[in-house]
Parts: sequence; C-alpha cells; structure tokens
Amino acid sequence: MALLEVRDLSVVFQRRGEEPFIAVDGVSFDVEPGQTVGLVGESGCGKSVTSLAIMGLLPKRGAKITGTVKYDGTDLLKLSDREMRDRRGRDLGMVFQDPLSSLNPVVPIGLQVSEVLERHRGMPRKEAMIEAKDLLDKVGIPDPNRRLKEYPHQLSGGMRQRALIAIALACRPKLLIADEPTTALDVTIQAQILSLMKELVQDLGTALVMITHDLGVVAGLCDEVNVLYGGKVVEKAMRHKLFAEPRHPYTHGLLASIPRLDAEPGEKLTPIKGSVADNIPWSQGCAFAPRCPNALDVCVQVTPAEEDQLGRLLRCHNPVVPGTPAAEEVPV
Amino acid sequence: MALGVSKKEKIDDLAETAGVSLAASAWKRLKRSPVFLTGAVIIGIFILISLLSPWLAPHNPSDPMLIDQVIKARNEIPPAQPGHPLGGDLQGRDFLSRLLIGSQQTLIVGIGATVIGLTGGLILGTLAGAIGGWVDSAVMRIVDVMLSLPSLLLAFSIAAMFARPSQFTVILAVAIVQIPVFARLLRGSMLAQRHSDHVLAATALGVKKGAIVFRHMLPNSLGPVIVQSTLVLATAIIEAAALSFLGLGNPDDRIPEWGQMLGDVQKVFDTHPQLAAYPAICIIIVALGFTLMGETLREALDPKNRR
Amino acid sequence: MLRYTIRRLIQLVGVVLVLSLLLFAWLRVLPGGPVSALLGDRSTPEKAAELTKQLGLDQPIYLQYFKFLGRALTGDFGVSTGVQPGDSALDIFIQRFPATLELSFFAIAIAIVIGVPLGYLAAKRRGSWFDNASVVGSLIGVAVPVFFLAFVLKGLASSALGLPSSGRQDAIDATRVTGFFTLDGMITGEWDATFNALVHLILPSIALATIPFAVIFRITRAAVLDVLDEDFVRTAESKGLTAPVIRRRHVLRNAMLPVVTTIGLQTGALLSGAVLTEKVFGFPGVGEALAIGFERRDYPVLLLLIIMATSVYVVVNLLVDLSYALIDPRIRTR
Repeated sequence: MALLEVRDLSVVFQRRGEEPFIAVDGVSFDVEPGQTVGLVGESGCGKSVTSLAIMGLLPKRGAKITGTVKYDGTDLLKLSDREMRDRRGRDLGMVFQDPLSSLNPVVPIGLQVSEVLERHRGMPRKEAMIEAKDLLDKVGIPDPNRRLKEYPHQLSGGMRQRALIAIALACRPKLLIADEPTTALDVTIQAQILSLMKELVQDLGTALVMITHDLGVVAGLCDEVNVLYGGKVVEKAMRHKLFAEPRHPYTHGLLASIPRLDAEPGEKLTPIKGSVADNIPWSQGCAFAPRCPNALDVCVQVTPAEEDQLGRLLRCHNPVVPGTPAAEEVPV
Repeated sequence: MALGVSKKEKIDDLAETAGVSLAASAWKRLKRSPVFLTGAVIIGIFILISLLSPWLAPHNPSDPMLIDQVIKARNEIPPAQPGHPLGGDLQGRDFLSRLLIGSQQTLIVGIGATVIGLTGGLILGTLAGAIGGWVDSAVMRIVDVMLSLPSLLLAFSIAAMFARPSQFTVILAVAIVQIPVFARLLRGSMLAQRHSDHVLAATALGVKKGAIVFRHMLPNSLGPVIVQSTLVLATAIIEAAALSFLGLGNPDDRIPEWGQMLGDVQKVFDTHPQLAAYPAICIIIVALGFTLMGETLREALDPKNRR
Repeated sequence: MLRYTIRRLIQLVGVVLVLSLLLFAWLRVLPGGPVSALLGDRSTPEKAAELTKQLGLDQPIYLQYFKFLGRALTGDFGVSTGVQPGDSALDIFIQRFPATLELSFFAIAIAIVIGVPLGYLAAKRRGSWFDNASVVGSLIGVAVPVFFLAFVLKGLASSALGLPSSGRQDAIDATRVTGFFTLDGMITGEWDATFNALVHLILPSIALATIPFAVIFRITRAAVLDVLDEDFVRTAESKGLTAPVIRRRHVLRNAMLPVVTTIGLQTGALLSGAVLTEKVFGFPGVGEALAIGFERRDYPVLLLLIIMATSVYVVVNLLVDLSYALIDPRIRTR
C-alpha cells in the first residue's frame, strides 16, 4: 500500500463577490515509502496549494477542499484540527521556499528545532536541546552549539535552509514535503542542499514530495514525476521515461527551454510562448491549448481525458511524436 | 486562520495579471467597501450642508431674537418652539441655525489646517528628501524638536502665543502641529524613491533633477499624503474644540463653529447638556466620517493588502 | 548599547535647551509680555517700567536667557502668576506631578489591559462581526473629543454610580508620604485613604484611557494580522505546535514590537489628554495646572511644565527604543 494516496484532490478558492478560482483540479498521485515524487510546473499551476492541502495548512475560510488524501490508510482531510496538529511535524514534515521568512526572527534557532521534539516526543527542554544540537550537526551546520543560541538573521541562507530541514526531519516523519526548497538560494548552495536532502531521505527512509519548477532538481532527485498545468496533472511518468521521451507538449516545452551545455553553438532556446494568463478553463478544452504548438481545433472544444499509455499517464489530444527534436527555430 | 495566504496572494497576482495599477485596484476595492462608502456618504452630506447652510438656516445665527426668553442669572435658555425646533442658546440665538452655519466654519477649520499643514510639510519634506545633505539634517532637526512635544500640547502652546485669538489663529495652531508629520512622511517617501529603479532610470536618461522630483517622486508620494490629509481633517476639527475648551479658541462667536460651540458651553454642561451634545455629536459624526475614509484608504493603498 | 543611550541623552539635553530657548523667546514676544500679565488691569506706565527693570527685562534678550538658565539650574523657574499666584513654579510641579503620574499609570494600564487582548482577538477573527464592531468602536473612540467624553462620564456615571467626579481624594485625614495617594495609604495602613483615592481615579482614568486604548487596540490588531500572514507562522503550524505555543512564542512575540512602540508613544503623549481630563474633573495634577496656565497666561508655570512634559516624552521614547533592543534580537545582536 502506498504511504500517501492522493485521489481527486481539488481546491477551490472562493471569496465574497468574486468568481471561484480552481487552484487544484482533481489531482491524483501516490507516494510509496521511501520514494521521491516530483510535482513540477510553473508558478500558479497548483503545486504549492496541493502541498498545503496535504498538510492541512490552507485557510479554513475561503478554501474548499474535496477528494481524499490517505496517509497510511487514514484520510487526512477528515481528521479534526487537533488530530491533524498531532500528525504535523511528527508524521509529515515540510520544508518551505524562503528560509529567512520561514524562520521566526525573534526565537533562537535551538528553540525552533527543540520545540518540535518537546511537542511530539515529550522531551524536556534540556534533552530536546541536546537532540537539536545533534540534528543541526547532522544537517551540516558547523559549530552547532553556538548556532543553537543564534537567531535566523545571524545565519547564512544555506544554513537557514539546513536548519529548516533539521526542523522538518526532527521527529523522523515518514513523509517530507519540500516546496521549492532551493529556489531562494544561490546556485552553488542549491546543489549542496539537494544532495543533503537526497542523503537524508535515503538514510532515514523518508518519502519525499519535491515541489519545483526546476526540471534540473527533478532530474537529480525524483523517482516519479507529475507535471502539473492549470491545476491538473497533464503527464505522469517515471523520471527516465519522462526525460527521454516527453509526450505532453507542455513537458516537451519545459525540457526544450532549459539551456544545455552540449547544445550546438548557434542553437536557439525554445521558450514556451505566452504565460499562464492565456489559459482557458479546463471545462472548455485544454487549458494549455492557447500556448500549445500542437494545438488542434478539438483542443479548445473538448477537455482531454487522462489516458494510461504503458505506465505513463497523459492528458492530451495531440501528443508530441517521440523523437521530435527539442530545439526548434523560433522566428524572432 | 490566515495561513497559506501568501500562496493565495501569488495566485491572485496571477489571476489579476500584471498591469493593473495599485491605484486602480485600490479604487476597485474601495468602491465595494461598505466602511469607505459610509465615510464618503457622511462627508458628502457634511460638505453639502455646509455649502447650502446659508439657505438652509432658518434664521440669522448671530441674531439674539429670543433674548427676552433668556434669564441670564439662572442661565435659562429658550426652549424648543414653533419656528425654532431646537430652541435658542444662552444669547437667545436660534440653535438650529447656529448648528447649520457652524458646519461651514468647521469645514473651513478642517480644510484650512490641512492645507497649511500640508503646504508647510511639502516644502520642508521636499527640501529634505530631494536635496539631502545639510539641508536634510537641518530640516530634520527642526522637525525632531517639534515632534518632541506631544502634539496637542504643542497646539495649545502655539495657540497661547497669539494676543488676540481668532478663527485664523486656531487654524494656524492646529496646522503647525501637522507640518512635521507631513514633512517626515514626504521625506521618507522621497528617500525611499531616490534609490528606486524608476528614479535611477530617469536619472540615467538625463532627466533634470527638478523634473524627477516633481514628475516622478512627488506623484508617487501622493498616496500616503492623501491618507494623512484625510486623518488631519478629523483631528483638526477635534483639536479646535479642545482649544476652545481651554479658552484658546476664537472668542468671536457671531459666526459659530462646532468646536467653539462645544468648548464655550462647559460652564452650563450640567444644566443644558443639549447645548454641548448637539455640536459634539456633529463633530463625532464628521470626524468619524473622515477617519473611516482615511483608514480604508490607507488599507487599500497598502500593497500588502492587495487581496 | 551604552554609547547609544548616552548619545540619546545628550540629544535630549540639546532638545531641552533648544526648546527652552524657543519658549523663552516666545515668552518675551508674548502679548504684553510678563509685565502686563503680572500687573493685569492695575497696569500703569510707571508701574510697568518699574517692574520691567525689576525683572531685568530691559536687558538684551540673550543676557536675559543666560540669567534665566542660571536661575533654572538652581531650581528657580520663577513665580506663578495665575495657577497658584505667589508659589514657585517648581513647587507647583513637584506638588502636582505625582497626581498626574498616578492618573497616567491607571489610564495606560486600562488601555493596555483592554486594548492588547481585544486587538489580538479581533485580528484572529478578522472580518467577523466582533472584529468589525471593535474596529468601528475604536474609530468612534478617536472621534470623540476627550473633554466631552469626560463631561458625559462626569454627568452620567457619577450620578448613576455615585462615583466622585472631582478632586483627588475627599478631605479625609490621611498621612502623606510619597505624594502618591494610593501608595501612601498602603504604606501607612490607611486603607480607606487608598480606597478613597482609587475611587477618585476611576472616571478620570477611563476618560484619559480612551484614545490610547483605541490606538493600542488598532496597532495590536494590525500587528497581529501582519504576523499571522508571515511564513514562519505557517512553519510553526507545519510543526504541529499547539495553539497556545504558536500564539505566545510565534505570533505575540513578533507582534509586540510595534505595540511596545505605540504604548510608549501614547504614554508620553498622555499629558495632552490630561490637560483636558484633569480640567473637567478638577483633578489637581500637572494637566490642570497647564489648563489654568493657558487660560490665565501663567508663563513661568507654562514654561517649566512644557519643558518637563517634553523631557518626559523624550525619555519615554528613549526607554521604548531601548526596550525594543531587548525584545528584538535583530537589533540587539547587530
């Protein structure tokens, strides 16, 4: 049985006097114990909202959540506020995007780590602090004894993210959700943090949901990849399959827009044209159609269904033919 | 629970798409805000009444037509009667007419104090913020000294400086207190903009300094200035009443003003509370109207609240 | 930290000097000046000339200022002409200051004890009827002229509840120790005196508390709203911490920073309101002396009291800045 089973998860934001906004639209995916699963897409595709819905961190008012999120067989969406509080930090940990704003500026790092241990493992403060020191050591923060007493602003960006990882993994949760954990960091630090996360989830056997817009992160880390567009999964496959043979024009476009070192001199990058603002609602066809190079008439008339193609899930009327070159000349 | 809101904001920004200016989106939200509309309606009615009061007032506000009904020794006032729905005041003048005409002077006090305070602050703040250097230090020292006195106390002190208090000295006393506030506001906003991209871009393009200040920096400081002005309109009216209460107001009450009407009747508050209550309620409603508008404007113009 | 404090204290001396110079100059250009203020209606040219000479007003103004400063250093700020004619201005201040401190303490305590929790609750229930009602209530609180509210309290509450509405204490036999009437009773064991003083403080302190209450409420609400939107609160929630821990350690500890500043500013500015409140309730404090001073143009008393008010205001602001450093590690460890 999968550790996490997300089925038909939808999140609709509804505010007084405004059109409801469908942020997540029937998303399903599984995470096996110890597996790393990627949720990939541009900002606004619903990947972060999905993670917040799983964690039960969406605002109570204004956000309507449907579907099921089964963790070890229990539907998290049906749990009471108190029961969910008991699980957060213990069974599910989360690492956020901006390590500076995600840490409390007026509380020492040590306490921010130890308070999870006090809460979920019932440790007294002293014992929790010793454990916190070990945790900081484990995530590669030098001189952890001194850092315990320091405040977030005294740490570098990379160290702050390491501290957040220590917090999320303090109680050894079986599932870790990382929402763009490297986006706010310098490139050199990004690689360090990613390899740290890879190492830790392997050591602890933690399953990881990696949320990112960066296919480079996915390539180095994920076993399975879900590509999200406009709140729906448009393509899902094992990592190698997806990179070797992207079938959805959006996935194909994402891969084609990555600069490559082995590209021929003079070869042009192929950006995806337009922006999320051009989307049409899924109810009228394919949300990606206005930006899609492969779009047919049917794409703006019929909503594409999800099809299983030999272990790959695809939602497209006119998928990319395998073998289409990634780079295509675009008239400037 | 406001958790996850930052995510929602991201979505909103996408949903709204870039390009909708702050002012436009602020106005869009203000139009829907019942609080702002309440304030706007109050102020609209207030301004209308004060403009029309010469025609609305049934009698001359300075004519002691009911003087025969006033018994000075016992502080008795003419009661309500046909033609005089609110009766008369201690001098036998029609109370309703005085309230109506009073709105006009009250508006003048509010606007006068705001305009003077704003002009002074504009000059000091622009000098400090745009020129910088020793001008900035000098201006800010003056501002600091003025701000090192509780503001109402400063207004009292200034009002006490004048040998012959009048409507004008009241306005001046209330206005001068606001100069450092406006100056700080404008300087802060200008300093923040001096290093902003659009000003750097204009400088790089060789736009003259004066043009940058007046065409780029000042217009961008407009939001907070409008908010502050709205709030000053409210404080000015309340403070004018306090000045009258301390005997620092305009002694000439032929053309009445609400604050003056309220401050002047303190001796008979126990016997004729209505003489204080009517102008007090008028002041409270109008001050509330300006405050409601100012606070909702502030919230709407705050980029943090774009949701 | 220490250097910062010393620099601020030197600045305070500078501000007081500049202010005293301004006030002094103001005094000299005043309508008629102190001579006509002292003589009033009995003024004749001869008498005026004599008094002018006697007071040294015929000397150049800078000399007069230095003489004034010299006398001020020995505690001689002149003699009251209107508040308590004949008394020294400094005596009036010393005698009245404890009363105002007592009143201010109770007023600001009321404002904090009600304003902070109410602001927190309103922010937590943003958009609810409770939130809307308390916001509108606080806006009305700012719109009501303080002295009018004082009159209403005096008129209604004193007759309905039998609360005393003037003075500081009834003419009872009480021993004076510190000048703080509530404390004196506790020290000497004269509990009835303490009680009597407390009852006299109720109405004036409520009237004086309204504006600081409204301001503290709104700042607390805004600060808590800001903090609730912060990412670190979401982090705290993602850790599964209990609601009280999140409230105390993560929300309030951060929201306190602007609230403390506001409390400080409001405390320093209380004297403005005290001028009006103390006048209405005939409360014999510094505020009443200022009110009478303005009315009767008692310049020596005004000069001293305004300088004192400014010093208090500046010192309170300094204390706020220092306490800020204690609460905010970002300043402390810089």
